[in-house]
Amino acid sequence: MTDLSDAFRAAFALIAGLDPALAEIVLLSLQVSLGAVAVATLIGMPVGAAMALFRFPGRAALLVLLNALMGLPPVVVGLIVYLALSRAGPLGVFGLLFTPTAMIIAQVILVTPIIAALTRQVIEDLWVEYEEQLRSLGAGPARAVPSLLWDGRFALLTSVLAGFGRASAEVGAVMIVGGNIDHVTRVMTTAIALETSKGDLALALGLGVILMTLALGVNAAAYLTKEWAQRRYG
Amino acid sequence: MTTTTKRSNPTARAVAWRALLVAAALTLAAVGAPSGLAADKFITVASTTSTQNSGLYDYMLPIFTKKIGIEVRVVAVGTGQAIKLAEKGDADVLFVHHKPSELKFVEAGFGVKRTDVMYNDFVIVGPKKDPAGIKGMKKAAAALAKVAAAKAPFASRGDNSGTNKAELALWQKANVDPKKASGTWYRETGSGMGATLNTAVGMNAYALTDRATWLKFKNRGDLEIVVEGDDVLFNQYGIILVNPNKHGHVKVDLGQKFIDWVIGAEGQAVIAAYKIGGEPAFFANAPKGGS
Amino acid sequence: MTSILPLELDDVSFEAGGKRLIKDFTCRLDAGPRTVILGANGAGKSLLLRLCHGLIRPTAGHIRWQGVDPGAKQGMVFQRPVMLRRSVAANVDYGLRLRGVPRRERAAIVDDMLGRTGLRRLADRPARVLSFGEQQKLALARVWALKPEVLFLDEPTASLDPAATHAVEELIDAMHREGTRIVMTTHDLGQAKRIANEVMFIHRGRLLERAPAVRFFECPENDLAQAFVRGELLWWRLGKDRQKISKPN
Repeated sequence: MTDLSDAFRAAFALIAGLDPALAEIVLLSLQVSLGAVAVATLIGMPVGAAMALFRFPGRAALLVLLNALMGLPPVVVGLIVYLALSRAGPLGVFGLLFTPTAMIIAQVILVTPIIAALTRQVIEDLWVEYEEQLRSLGAGPARAVPSLLWDGRFALLTSVLAGFGRASAEVGAVMIVGGNIDHVTRVMTTAIALETSKGDLALALGLGVILMTLALGVNAAAYLTKEWAQRRYG
Repeated sequence: MTTTTKRSNPTARAVAWRALLVAAALTLAAVGAPSGLAADKFITVASTTSTQNSGLYDYMLPIFTKKIGIEVRVVAVGTGQAIKLAEKGDADVLFVHHKPSELKFVEAGFGVKRTDVMYNDFVIVGPKKDPAGIKGMKKAAAALAKVAAAKAPFASRGDNSGTNKAELALWQKANVDPKKASGTWYRETGSGMGATLNTAVGMNAYALTDRATWLKFKNRGDLEIVVEGDDVLFNQYGIILVNPNKHGHVKVDLGQKFIDWVIGAEGQAVIAAYKIGGEPAFFANAPKGGS
Repeated sequence: MTSILPLELDDVSFEAGGKRLIKDFTCRLDAGPRTVILGANGAGKSLLLRLCHGLIRPTAGHIRWQGVDPGAKQGMVFQRPVMLRRSVAANVDYGLRLRGVPRRERAAIVDDMLGRTGLRRLADRPARVLSFGEQQKLALARVWALKPEVLFLDEPTASLDPAATHAVEELIDAMHREGTRIVMTTHDLGQAKRIANEVMFIHRGRLLERAPAVRFFECPENDLAQAFVRGELLWWRLGKDRQKISKPN
């Protein structure tokens, strides 16, 4: 497995040398993925909560659709967003193609269903537990939403992390709508794809190691925050 | 009668709104910041993965940007996709290597004018063991005919790229229809040059590649160059400005500045100076005196 | 401030799963006494409470409160208290926040309630780590802070040990003394004797007897009530020939 040891060596070399190109790529990756997750949470959590608490016509169909959308192939989403943002497309006037914004848009589409579906499950379970008591205290489903979201914060954090995992790991969508342009739209995953296509497998794997370390770091930070908060607030 | 009370609850709602505003602000900052608002002088060039993987852009573009002050953003995809990109107006300049397609592009009104820039050559790579026995042959088409006869594995890009079209032209010259054998010894990867080479290495197969990509390729495995030097392996690159009449937003001035530099004395010298492993990767051949 | 009492139940029925679980219930609750709704498990006590409190709607009949906004002036304590995943103090604070009580006032009320229920030293602990007894006291504090006119309690001490039960009963008494109308269910005869001023005896969804507590325990009129007071398990159902069959409800 010389490739693997080469990979680790390449990874350490990059990190130790504080390679500025690497720093740029990592920073952009975090900006795109975290930005996408933030927007997806703003959209997905209220939608999920609404689906959990309110009955409305078509809810069942929406539920099935939401769960299905979790499995959207990133490359297909990338293609659709590309066609929409292309100069020849409906949203071309904004000139968003091949920018980090386009990448965030594509990832928001990928991540929102995950957060919405998981939020729905969490809120639904919580409501089963809380409904009588909250109604008794004077909070119907609408008034209860902030409390439910807060009380379910640990489970909801997990759903956000799942969304982040999806965003930071995908390459198909960001490759198409971002164009993998050096210094502009090159993120970790597209850089790995590029180095692989150049046959520089050690470097590609090294970047992969760094990417996984990043993901580990984010999850570890979230876990520690959760532990601390749980000890403090229950 | 219900027990739900609908009282106004200013405090909770105020908190919720404040949180939402903060989140929205953070999001806008995240979205707005990296969208390159700082760089207003840039052009988008649709080019190919082969050119990208040769490393030419990494070498050439910083020199250009330093001299002229325009940022060049290269979107490197397959030739077919690059041309499509330019047709849709998603790029300002098209820089690929398949003359027939380029001329069609200009004829159809999508491009202003096509100019030669540089050339390199294709080579056929294959396993050192050489099951088809083509090593050292001087004629590429004949070599491919032997590959077909031996049913030796061959990895094709199969992606409508310049390289792919050149490869198919060779098969035609050899009077072989490899598509009939697609899935057996003829493997169409539908991928870029690098990915196809990775596959070829993994399968110990023959493949057609441009020399520059091969020189830069680090995962050679058991493969080496087996056929080179035939005139038909000549690979010409051309540069075209996307027609502003088709797409009003094309950056005509900036794009033309880039083209003029590339085909001018300075750009040509830079191209000629680019070496991989001590060997020149491309040969600059823009017509003297501009276009 | 108009009172929401008297509460009138007018021929109330509740049906679920094809079965009538509350049948033709008619009664009137005025201000004043501590009412204990007594009956065996499955008699319909919890359902009745939930109907009165408005958590479920009757399938027939009417439930009438007086005054405006009766919902805000009632409270309920459940057999298993549901604690929000936050501190003890925050739990008490929650209901006050819902009603728009300003912050400084809330802090004072929370402190007062925690003091009365003996939970002050636990104020910042996560509510979920409290013992059952402490959680039930917290549930009482939470609802007491809202100064309800009527408090429904659904078997509040069923899962508690005697010490905790005693503490909870003391708190209920304190609330009553301060003017809250108490309506509590229990299947525990002893507790009913300790707490009740009047008793409503329910069996299989029907109100069988209602009487002042002393009279009820000394000489109940209804035969099933008599059996219950004697401590018998009301397991049977009368068949067509008035024989006792063991078919459950």
